[in-house]
Amino acid sequence: MSTTTPTAPVVRPPAPKTSFLARFGWPLGFFAAGVLVFVFNQWILPETSTEFQNGFGSWLPMTAVNEALIWAIFALGLNIVVGYSGLLDLGYVAFWGIGGYVAGWLMAPFANQVHPSWANLSFSVWGNPLPGQERGIHINFWLVLIIAALVCAVAGVIIGAPTLRLKSDYLALVTLGFGEILPEVFRNGERVGPNGEWNITNGTKGIIGMDQIPTGPFQYIPGVPETIGTFDLNLKFIVFGLMLALAMFVSLRIREGRLGRAWLAIREDELAASMMGVPLMRIKLSAYAVGAAFGGIGGVLYATHIGGVLADRFNFSVSIILLAMVVLGGMGNVWGVTVGALLLAWINSTGLGQLGNVWNDVTGAEVNFASHNFLVFGAILVLFMLFRREGLIPEARTRQVLQEPERGEIESLGADMEGTAEDTAAEGGKK
Amino acid sequence: MSLRQNQVLPAAARKERFMTTSAIAASEVKPHRRPQEVAANSLGLLLLAAVGVWLIYELIAHPQQFASLLVIGVGNGALYALIALGYTMVYGIIELINFSHGDLFMLATVLSGIVAASWFSVDSFTFAAVGAVALALLIAIVVAATVNVAAERVAYRRLRRAPKLAPLITAVGLSFMYQWVGQRNFMSGSAPKQWSTMFGNGSFSIGSVRVPYTTLVVLAVTIPLLLVMVYLVQRTRAGKAMRAVAQDQDAARLMGIDVDRTIAFVFAVGGGLAGAAGLLYLQSVGTSNYNLGFRLGLIAFTAAVLGGIGNLQGAVLGGFLIGVLLSLNDGFLLGPHWSMTVVFTVLITLMVFKPEGILGTATTEKV
Repeated sequence: MSTTTPTAPVVRPPAPKTSFLARFGWPLGFFAAGVLVFVFNQWILPETSTEFQNGFGSWLPMTAVNEALIWAIFALGLNIVVGYSGLLDLGYVAFWGIGGYVAGWLMAPFANQVHPSWANLSFSVWGNPLPGQERGIHINFWLVLIIAALVCAVAGVIIGAPTLRLKSDYLALVTLGFGEILPEVFRNGERVGPNGEWNITNGTKGIIGMDQIPTGPFQYIPGVPETIGTFDLNLKFIVFGLMLALAMFVSLRIREGRLGRAWLAIREDELAASMMGVPLMRIKLSAYAVGAAFGGIGGVLYATHIGGVLADRFNFSVSIILLAMVVLGGMGNVWGVTVGALLLAWINSTGLGQLGNVWNDVTGAEVNFASHNFLVFGAILVLFMLFRREGLIPEARTRQVLQEPERGEIESLGADMEGTAEDTAAEGGKK
Repeated sequence: MSLRQNQVLPAAARKERFMTTSAIAASEVKPHRRPQEVAANSLGLLLLAAVGVWLIYELIAHPQQFASLLVIGVGNGALYALIALGYTMVYGIIELINFSHGDLFMLATVLSGIVAASWFSVDSFTFAAVGAVALALLIAIVVAATVNVAAERVAYRRLRRAPKLAPLITAVGLSFMYQWVGQRNFMSGSAPKQWSTMFGNGSFSIGSVRVPYTTLVVLAVTIPLLLVMVYLVQRTRAGKAMRAVAQDQDAARLMGIDVDRTIAFVFAVGGGLAGAAGLLYLQSVGTSNYNLGFRLGLIAFTAAVLGGIGNLQGAVLGGFLIGVLLSLNDGFLLGPHWSMTVVFTVLITLMVFKPEGILGTATTEKV
């Protein structure tokens, strides 16, 4: 009898699938879809009959598509905070606003109105102002994107900092607080400071006259203009699509890295994560910062999309619609969130109204469907939380987390004979 | 006195107390306070002192205006306290921030307006009008309580063992659905709606301070209700059951308490208080709007946190404090445009310096 214990064979985890399709499937698919939409709108649609054009334009107008892309960027940003890190943020609209106002300051003639002594200010860094609006600050669109992302990241850290010691539900309220304070600042920022001399946001009148998007080296391609004008929706689509691709790429890659795994760890069990050496404060703050940076980029894009910044757009329901997008698609799943965001953004902007028109035509009723959006978004949140917490396109890991009762609840399940509790206990046992 | 005073500590603290009864001596030793904690505390005290100095300055500089603002603030504060009680009771028993509570209040506001103004055309202080308003109060209370219980039955009960995020998002969704109901044309419509009220702008004067009649009515209804609440929680069997469930649901169930019914009862009481607040709000303000509940709900929530969430007296105290603070802000500080900023600054400052509130008990992280 030998006393040596048999050495267990080393079990290696199966090598991750690295087939060509798995690695490059999504970027290629995304690219193909983008090209398809662009080619169709740019070249095929103008050739079709007017009737078809009108019909298509009312169901899937290019403005709605572009807007949906921007919503998807925001939803991906929120997904980092809510889906990856499990921190409920009810004030994400704040970052949209900050990004927008960064654009308003740096890409419009508005800077002249900020203070009486700034009236003759004229400053340009490769700027592309609209004709006749050369005064004020004009910084290149692509630089402003970076600046807005940085500003929002800092704002995210500032907003996140007071919430770090708090439990999850308080955290939602504090973010909500910031999401309410900032729009109020935007609305009332017309006369602030000593003697009300400073006009930092132009109040409810908003900022208009956004700069155009320069195409940089691509202008040498025949057919591409030097700057993308306000109404050149198809070229804007390319720009917004690229930014969405960037957001998706960052979301997907960062999730695999050290930071992303730390986020998932604190989402699943904060205590266990901190015991494993995850620095909670830094990881949470970086979740806020990265999520907010997406918001900043989206805010700038949205400002160029509508050609201005309007304080009234930044209200609480935006934060909730974004949350509904994240929940509908599947918290933590980049694909789900993107699809959910595109779908809901379309429903919000055109779909609900159009479906209502069809319904009214068919049944002869006079229902104003667009006025029911509160019901739609509320019901999405409630029904998904009740019946399909992991969303439409769930991620295996998220599903496990969301179906599993919390620590401490598991311990007390034995005393509990409710049907739901038994189900969860059975699931817990299967694991 | 409260859901969780002494006998009923918050989850973590009570676990800790339970475990360390034999080692009290060890827990008596004060932990070493880190310098940044000391700094945070003194900064918080400094802020408090600054607010105090500002109040005294305004009191001396404009005593008359100060007094009238105080009257308005107390009237509003009573309403905030009523709404805050709903938040704090629900939080006390199942640790859920019932986000839809403010919108429930909005529904009650509109409903009481429909009953009092549309059905009975109340526009003056007559005997019949008092009867109609009393009926409206009853209907508002009953409907709000029913809706709240139904929400608990349909949604929150199924999510009681789910991760915290789930019921919270559900509450947000319900709040949207309530707003949708409020937006219908038979309710408030999508624009602010005017209603005729019993007293209108009627008021009387004490010295040179104007006191609206509605403030008196609000206080006359609110204070008895608050006393009833304290009695209910403190002295009755149902209150005892509530406290037991708040402390430990499983133990309460083993003691023969119907946990589901107790929780539903808490939702009913909270909803009823929101219903009463709705009627009083409409009678004192005279307008309603479908998104009114969002704003007032958040103010009330801040009041609940200010007083210490889960604590009844705390909610009342917080309600009055926030009411007075807001009305002083309207008069002296930044003006009504900035009221949400003031409320949330209070909320965030509290979160940083004293998350447990004025009367709450400090909790430690649950392990």
